[in-house]
Amino acid sequence: MTMNTHGRPTQPAAPTGHANTGEHRGMILEEPLIFERGTPGRIGVDLPPVPAHKSRLGSASRQGQIGLPDLAEPQVVRHFTRLSQKNYGIDSVFYPLGSCTMKHNPRLNEKMARLPGFADLHPLQPTATTQGALGLMHELAHWLMTLTGMAGVTLAPAAGAHGEFCGMAAIKAAIRARGEKRTRVLVPESAHGTNPATAAALGFTVDAIPATAEGRVDLDALKAKLGPDVAGIMLTNPNTCGLFERDIIAIADLIHGAGGYFYCDGANFNAIVGRVRPADLGVDCMHINLHKTFSTPHGGGGPGSGPVVFSKALAPFAPLPFVQKEGEACRLIESKADKAAGQSFGRMKAFHGQMGMFIRALSYILSHGADGLRQVANDAVLNANYILARLQDVMSAPFAGPCMHEALFDDRFLKDTGVTTLDIAKMLIDRGYHPMTMYFPLVVPGAFLIEPTETESRETLDGFIKTMRDLAQQAKAGTGNANANPFKQAPEHTPRRRLDETTAARQPILKWKPEAAPDYIASAAE
Amino acid sequence: MRYLPLTEKDRTDMLAAVGVASVDDLFRDVPQAARLTAPISGLPNHQPEYEVDRHLSRLAAKNVSAGAAPFFLGAGAYRHHVPASVDQLLLRGEFLTSYTPYQPEVSQGTLQMLFEFQTQVCMLTGMDVANASMYDGSTACAEAVQMANRVTKRSRAVLSGNLHPHYRDTVVTTADLTGFELTALPPAPAGAEDLAKQLTPETSCVVVQNPDFFGRTQDLSMLAEACHAVGTLLVVVVTEVISLGALASPGSMGADIVVAEGQGIGNGLNFGGPYVGLFACKEKYMRQMPGRLCGQTKDAEGRRGFVLTLSAREQHIRREKATSNICTNSGLCALAFTMHLSLLGETGLRHLAALNHARACQLADKINAVAGCSVLNETFFNEFTVALPKAAAPLVDVWAKKPLLAGVPVSRLHPGQAGVENLLLVTVTELTTDADMDALIAALKEIAQ
Amino acid sequence: MSRLYFTKDHEWLRVDGDVAVCGISDHAQHALGDIVYVELPEAGAKYAQGDQAAVVESAKAASEVYAPAGGEIVEVNGTLVNDPSLVNNAAMTDGWFFKLKLSDAGELGSLMDEAAYDAYVKSL
Repeated sequence: MTMNTHGRPTQPAAPTGHANTGEHRGMILEEPLIFERGTPGRIGVDLPPVPAHKSRLGSASRQGQIGLPDLAEPQVVRHFTRLSQKNYGIDSVFYPLGSCTMKHNPRLNEKMARLPGFADLHPLQPTATTQGALGLMHELAHWLMTLTGMAGVTLAPAAGAHGEFCGMAAIKAAIRARGEKRTRVLVPESAHGTNPATAAALGFTVDAIPATAEGRVDLDALKAKLGPDVAGIMLTNPNTCGLFERDIIAIADLIHGAGGYFYCDGANFNAIVGRVRPADLGVDCMHINLHKTFSTPHGGGGPGSGPVVFSKALAPFAPLPFVQKEGEACRLIESKADKAAGQSFGRMKAFHGQMGMFIRALSYILSHGADGLRQVANDAVLNANYILARLQDVMSAPFAGPCMHEALFDDRFLKDTGVTTLDIAKMLIDRGYHPMTMYFPLVVPGAFLIEPTETESRETLDGFIKTMRDLAQQAKAGTGNANANPFKQAPEHTPRRRLDETTAARQPILKWKPEAAPDYIASAAE
Repeated sequence: MRYLPLTEKDRTDMLAAVGVASVDDLFRDVPQAARLTAPISGLPNHQPEYEVDRHLSRLAAKNVSAGAAPFFLGAGAYRHHVPASVDQLLLRGEFLTSYTPYQPEVSQGTLQMLFEFQTQVCMLTGMDVANASMYDGSTACAEAVQMANRVTKRSRAVLSGNLHPHYRDTVVTTADLTGFELTALPPAPAGAEDLAKQLTPETSCVVVQNPDFFGRTQDLSMLAEACHAVGTLLVVVVTEVISLGALASPGSMGADIVVAEGQGIGNGLNFGGPYVGLFACKEKYMRQMPGRLCGQTKDAEGRRGFVLTLSAREQHIRREKATSNICTNSGLCALAFTMHLSLLGETGLRHLAALNHARACQLADKINAVAGCSVLNETFFNEFTVALPKAAAPLVDVWAKKPLLAGVPVSRLHPGQAGVENLLLVTVTELTTDADMDALIAALKEIAQ
Repeated sequence: MSRLYFTKDHEWLRVDGDVAVCGISDHAQHALGDIVYVELPEAGAKYAQGDQAAVVESAKAASEVYAPAGGEIVEVNGTLVNDPSLVNNAAMTDGWFFKLKLSDAGELGSLMDEAAYDAYVKSL
């Protein structure tokens, strides 16, 4: 069997010092499920009476109850407000989640996306009535092409992984158009899991390239893997270890020399925007996570948006739809029946892309401008290097700096302490910080991946550095016997303590079933 | 720059702490040939908030928004009233600016909401399990077909001709690129389509939309039986989620996988996105499901809590063996959905659905009374197909200047298809007024003149 | 008299006549942590030595289990579907995965006995 053992502990240690007293703890409020709050006879919306009519529903009209609870608006507002209070965002805390780019979300962007001229616009209105929206898409496309130096762009993909699928689909289409069959895609070991998943979804076989001791692609190993069946390489740059691939132009030349294409995972474009144009590195296509580089809100896990930029070689294969400027007017090419669609590989989603995210991203881009975006990269990289420099002596860094936008540490400094990466992360929560990314990239044992972003102040960084130094020293100083180890008990000051993920996966409970709520929650209901 | 807190002094001090002379030194790994020494030329520099506001507001003002005209469009995106409280709550920073709930101790808000969302989706669709949402209905549809291929270990899917053309195209692209067979039937506006006849022992799934693209509602029980007799899964697609308040749930009709566009609850039109895909299936197929799942468990003190679970199916663990390459859901849109559906409740949703249907019936009757125009459907929910005496697309373009946003010409989504030029899809919701209907009827009467 | 064999990939098989019971080693279950799900093959399926035959999942990882020798699956341990913790609690006994009707007993020659496996694990 494959010994895939990189997982972290998933069952909590027994707690000390707390009895399960239940109910509210100060203003950490218990909140039942919405289904445990309903009362027949209440309503949260007012609607006019249903006029008399002869039903045209046919034989498939609903018979049974749906089972939804009935509540009035004040109850619903309180319910979701309380849920929000069990959550923490960038607005509340420093959130240095590596490879996720948790930066400030400007509220101007939210205001712009809510303008009725954008928000209350149907995607299939006659295009004469949507010229402003199409114009906005065209303007965003222009910015993305200029910032990357690339020949084409699609705004269609709904998120980063969808963008990866799009880019690799274009590569597949281009290879087909050449009348060739290439089936192998090279992916570095340190890649995001989406890279191999995407390549496999498109029917490619995935061939892993090892890294050097410096955390970069091993050029000799890469050369050895090239051949006429290689469709391309999927490479994240800056890479998942937070490092710039120094040999990237050589890598691009090698891949092109072998007849393959260079897919760049642009998840970390925020580190180099305004300082490096991917086109100058030999990239053939790259997705851009608008929620990372251009700060559309993460929203607890989406929605994202993943435009893809293309080189001249791949641009003709871009998916539908796209906007073309004809004089002053914007035309929408949305079907293969349209001659302008050319060699497009087709449609990958209904309608025209994540318009709400386009508006936010353009608002962010215009606010920063060419000079501000360059400063974004400068400050993001400076903040990460500052953390790397100030924690290097108490933690252990697997690779020498400078890093790009994220500082990577491993768990060597915790050797023989009985404390794990996970424990440090959970202690951080009790100190008022959201944890960094842990155990990723997989190639670094017990990884801590810290991405401060450019929107954090020096004071915040200094506070975080002080806390990390304290925790590292506390771990090394010894933690007493295992049962009293405070690291295993953390976090203590949160709406919930460590959760039993093992039981959750062994006996999945994926929806509420009509049964009484636990007492400690029911008594908190009103 | 208002979003960047570092001062010049901070930068100088921090560079010294790092031990480099300038920020350029931090980029020394970038090959010389690719280093840009100044901001990219030809692009404007940073702007005050009010300038950005002015520019984008001007662009927005160039559009004719749905609320500014009598409006009858649907075809996969529906204009319903979203209560004001939904958007106000959505803007809470704890929801808006948080990430995927990987740290469950400090993400119980998002997690509990997702658990509620999954439960609501199960209730609406009549299915056993639902995931924490997909990008949208069309991508959920493509994922459903791939899941059916995995479950049945077959690779030939059948698509109803009355599936939304964008959904069909999304599946066609997926089939073409990932390598499975597809039989996509031609559109059948008159409704005669024998899907059971397409079934063979190699068929992995049949994909059928209800109400279908032309608005027709149907009882799918017989089709489900026919599918199950040959080991084929029935995938039911719903693009107007409010219809589930009035129609039998796909689960009660025997569906194996249900995918839906959830936009109609909680989410505005937004020119096509972001929306929220609903994905539900029978319990026995749970582990073949794509996407994130939230599950209930206990914390170290024994209190009920929620975590992301069954993640070993997902790409960050399984890499090239994952059930799907997708790693995000549509969290904020799912939250809007759950909040709006909580406000509606059983009573509100059923009332809203009944209201939509009744108002659509009223308009259908009025249209049938116009000489030369007729409603094709015998059955519908809130959307139906009108046969006009002339080609629909040019009329819709002319009416748009009034402004009157009369509906979606079928030919826009089925370009080049014979026999659909005169067909117009018309949708009525609770937001459609009597005056709106009068405006449409008046325009229809003008055609004959 | 049954004989116990191990693979370098940490599967074990106990051979009795031409049928072998297969599972994963105690070392493997310990390294994987809490097992939450086991995906078993179907009875009647045929595998060559080294083919992927099952998947074992912990809450945070998934691993493939390979057929330690070629043959046809004659029985699977359905108890694991409802109680995957058996793999943690009794990896070498009640936590077995499947029974194989061996196609070529000669393949057993490439496997380790218990002492050799113990030494191998120590060397890791």
